[in-house]
Order: sequence, then C-alpha cells, then structure tokens
Amino acid sequence: MSTSIVVGLDGSDSSNRAADAGADAARRHELRLVLACVVPWSPYSFTTAEENERRSIEKEREVRAAHERVLDPVVERLSVPGGLQVEGLVRHGHPAETLVAIARERDAAWITVGRVGQSRVRTLLFGSTPSSLIQLSSVPVLVVP
Amino acid sequence: MPPQPDADVLAAGFDESVNGFFEPISTAITSVVFYAVPLDFVGDGVELPLIVVWLVIAGLFFTVYLRGFQFRAFAQGIRLIRGKYDDPRDAGEVTHFQALATAVSGTVGLGNIAGVAVAISLGGPGATFWMIIAGLLGMCTKGVECTLGVKYRNEYPDGRVSGGPMYYLTKGLREKSPRLGTLGKVLAVMFCIFTLGGAVGGGNMFQANQAFSQAQSVTGGEDGPLGFGAAGAVFGLVLALLVGAVIIGGIRSIARVTDKLVPFMAVFYVVACLAVLFSNLGQVPGALADIVTQAFSPEAGFGGVVGVLIQGFRRAAFSNEAGLGSAAIAHSAVKTKEPATEGHVAVLEPFIDTVVICTMTALAIVITGTWADDSSAPGVETTSAAFETVAGWFPLVLAIAVILFAYSTMLAWSYYGLKAATYLFGESMIVDRTWKLIFCLFVVIGASSTLDAVIGFSDSMIFLMSVPNVIGLYILARVVKGEINGYRERLETGEIVPAAERT
Repeated sequence: MSTSIVVGLDGSDSSNRAADAGADAARRHELRLVLACVVPWSPYSFTTAEENERRSIEKEREVRAAHERVLDPVVERLSVPGGLQVEGLVRHGHPAETLVAIARERDAAWITVGRVGQSRVRTLLFGSTPSSLIQLSSVPVLVVP
Repeated sequence: MPPQPDADVLAAGFDESVNGFFEPISTAITSVVFYAVPLDFVGDGVELPLIVVWLVIAGLFFTVYLRGFQFRAFAQGIRLIRGKYDDPRDAGEVTHFQALATAVSGTVGLGNIAGVAVAISLGGPGATFWMIIAGLLGMCTKGVECTLGVKYRNEYPDGRVSGGPMYYLTKGLREKSPRLGTLGKVLAVMFCIFTLGGAVGGGNMFQANQAFSQAQSVTGGEDGPLGFGAAGAVFGLVLALLVGAVIIGGIRSIARVTDKLVPFMAVFYVVACLAVLFSNLGQVPGALADIVTQAFSPEAGFGGVVGVLIQGFRRAAFSNEAGLGSAAIAHSAVKTKEPATEGHVAVLEPFIDTVVICTMTALAIVITGTWADDSSAPGVETTSAAFETVAGWFPLVLAIAVILFAYSTMLAWSYYGLKAATYLFGESMIVDRTWKLIFCLFVVIGASSTLDAVIGFSDSMIFLMSVPNVIGLYILARVVKGEINGYRERLETGEIVPAAERT
C-alpha cells in the first residue's frame, strides 16, 4: 500500500496548481503529501576551480532559496486546513530522475507535476521534465495544466 | 622640424623593448634553475639538468614505494569518476569528475601542443618514448600529491574549501613532528613564491605567447593582419581583457563558455591528430619504429640517449605538472571523506594529458616529419605544419584549440597564483585585486616577447615549485602510504562498497 503523493515544485503557477491537486487527492486517500523541489545539477558538468572552492556554500544557498521562494509558501498554505501531513524536500540532481528516486523512497502512489507550457521547438531541443518523467517513472504520473 | 617617427617603427619598438627588458632576467633565472652537470663522457655538449633528475627520481621512488600505485589505481579511479561511490546525499557538491575535469583543463594547455613539438625538434622522435615514460611515472607523483592535498586541505570558517602544497607542507609536517613545523612553514612560503612565478610564467606568458604566435601564423604571418610591430601587444591586451573580465569582473558566463568548449576541443584535437595519422597510414609503422629505436640510439647530433631522454622528460613534466603541486590545489575541493579517493582519480590526469594527448601530438609531428623541417620554428608552428598536411584549413582549427587551451590554462593558473598570494599576504580584497591585475599585465608582456625568453622563465619558475613540494612529499610518504593502503584494504574487505550496494 502506498503512503504518499509526490509533487514536483518549481515555483511556477502550474506547479502550484499541481500541489493543490496533490493536496486534494492526499486528503481524500489519506496519504502524506511530499512536496519536492529539485535544483538542476549534474555531477558531470564542468566547473572552474573558484566555483569548486565555493560549492558547499552555494549548495546551501540554493537549498535555502528553494525553501524560501518555492517550498515554504506552499507548505504553509496547504498545512493550514489541518489533518494533512505535508513534507517539503529540496534535492540536487536531474529533475525527472530525482523525482523518481524520491517517489521510490517515499513509497508514492503517483507523482504530480505542473505542465511546462513551452513551445514545441523548445521541447524538441531541451525536452521537458514532465515528458522525461513519463518515460522514467515506475509509478503513474499526473500532469496538471 | 624633426622628421616624425613612423608609427610602425614606434610600435615595433614596444614589443622589442618588452623583450629586451625580459631577456636578461629570464637568462639569469634559467641558468640557476637548470644548473646542469656536463656529461662529457657520454657525448659532447650533453648536460644533465638536476631539476629534471629531481622529478624523475620522485616519480621512480613513489612508483616503487607504493608498488606501482598508478597502475593499481586506474580502474578504481574510473569507477570513482563515474560516481559509483558517491553518497546520494552529497548531490550538489563537487564530484570526483568535476575535480578531475577542472584539473585537466588547467594542465591541458600549450605544453601538449607546443612543448611536445619543442621536445621532438630538439631531441628527435625518441623523445616521445621518454615523454610517455615520464607521464607514467608522473601519474604516481600526482596521485601522492592529490591525496595529501585533500587530507590537509583548509576549510575556511565561511564554508569554502581549498587545499594544496602550502597546506600539507605546513599542517602535514607539523603533525609529523613539531620540530618539522618551521621547515614546513619555510617550504610552504617557498612554494607560494615559486607558484606566483609559475603562474605568470608557464601558466600565463608561455600560453599568451604561443596563442599569439599561432594566431599570427594562421592569419598570414608577418604580412597578415597580425603582422605589424605591436601586434603582440595588441593581441595580449585583448586576451588580458578577456582574462580580466572573468577573474576581476566576475563575468562567469565567459568562463562557462570556455569550460564547455575546452573538453570538446580536447576531443576534437585528438580526432584531428588521428586524422593526420590515418591520412599518412603508410608512415605509421616507420614512425613508431623511429620513436622506439631512436629513444635508445638517436641519430648523431641530438646529444645521445641522455639528451633525448632529457628533452622528453622535461617537456612531459612541463605539460603534466606532476610533482609541481599545482594540481593538488585544483583537486582539493572535491567532496569526499577519503583523501585516497582523489589520489586514485588524480592518476588519470597525467594519463590523459601526457600518455594520450601529448603522444597524439608527437605521433602527428613524427609521422609527417615536420619536426625535422627548419621552415617552421619549433613550437606550435611545427604541430600546425603537421596538421596542414591533411587539409589547408586544419591549422585554423588548431589555432582555435590553441587559444582556448591557453585561455582555460590561464584562468586555472590565475587561481593557483591567487591561492599562493593569499597564503603569503593574507585573505584580503587588496591582495586579490593586486594579484589579478599583475596577472593580466603579464598576459600582455607574454604575448609581446620572443619564445626563448618566455620559455626559459616559464620553465624555471614552474620547475622550482617542485623543490619544496617534492621535499614535502618525501617527508609525508608514509602518511600517503597509510591513506592509500588503508583505503584499498577497506575496499577489498568490502567495508567500502559502491553506493548502489549500500543498505
């Protein structure tokens, strides 16, 4: 039996709507709500020596910023009605892969994300988190417009 | 009314006066650093520079003392850079791959293109063989210094992490015995002074100089748009502005673009060398035979085996920087609890730099025979001429690669120099800005001098770094052995397992 619903948050309006949809479903099915914000990061990117020296500080700053700007307002908003268990997470990594890993860890019933709403050309060139999530995820993916 | 001096003559005067000022300084330092023992019993004019012996003995000593660590470490080094042992909780920190890539972009520079050409022009094809041997020995020294770099690195109160020889020389020697504390401090100060010199020399002027020389030759030489008298100074000024924009202006986007281009260019460079090999496939067996046979029995005039060996070793050391301590600075920021892991990863650096990239350059030069051709000055032009045998536009690609390699190497060395400067004079904005301005000034000087003056000074300062560094490595040899063997034992007993197998 799954115990949670994972929502990917990036601060956009559609991801906030995804959080609302996730909260609704979590309440109805009595599941925990896991709000995850993934900072895009690759272990194979090229960096300068100066960036490496400051990396730990930067990581902390990124985590703090993700909490302050993206997660905390939503956690606060959804925690009010009581009863619903909400957890906020910040991770570094490839957005889709990391959401899949979190879903596995937190035993999620499904993953909810917001639609990116980008042009076809952009999607063709850079892909999008929802579409790669669909390919990678072992649990259903719900995309909220 | 006196005749107006021609603008061009005046401009030419600038480059010449820079050169005239620089030449005597360079000659004086070179003669001290490269003090050589004449070996008249081997052949006339053969000399053995002690500094090269110093580095080779260090490589040999550690290879024997650590029982061929560089060969045993290879496979584990690759597993580490693939992130097999990374803790998922450390996502977002500096990975082994990033530490290695940063160090490689600092070492893969003109030493790989111009230095190799100089070695073969002066020592013949046999120099290639000795260069590879020096690269294999250098892998061990590099692994040793990077293990120490991580073990004794400095974590600032604000969370920054940096290390390097100045820290293992002070902390490591003091830890070994309180009586060695003063010696450690003295060695660390010496190391930092030489690093400042190496940074403006090999890490800056040599790069600027060869980048200009290549840019000038592909745009038509003396008659081209970069042929006028002060062209070197103008080119240097532009390059200095680009360096300054990143290191002083903090315009990271430029650095980020080059960081992305450099690995691409490195791969492209190897492919280009392979193209040279394939288009001259018939000459390959002969060239390989030359490389091996002339390593032991060179043609007359090269100063015998020792002369060839010295050229090979000298340029290999200049290119892969093993034993100099510079790479320990770049590798130290990695996120790991085990200093030995970075030692394993670091052995790959001289392998990529010397055994792969330098050898590619060497093969291209030997196969096309451009090393024996007097029409191109020894240096980048020799390599360029080798590339030209495939297609007319190849030298242009080489020129772009040269300028990018030079640029990324300069950025890396400006950082090494900064670390040395802040160690000597303390962390402050004044030290930071003064160093960076001086560094930019030397870009202009480097681009306007002749190669001999620049190469002499660059070599001297860079090689001097190895004196305090290698002394420290010997004193701390047992510490390194403990770290490396301890790590390998825990790997074998299964105490350390890849992240995927952890429960």
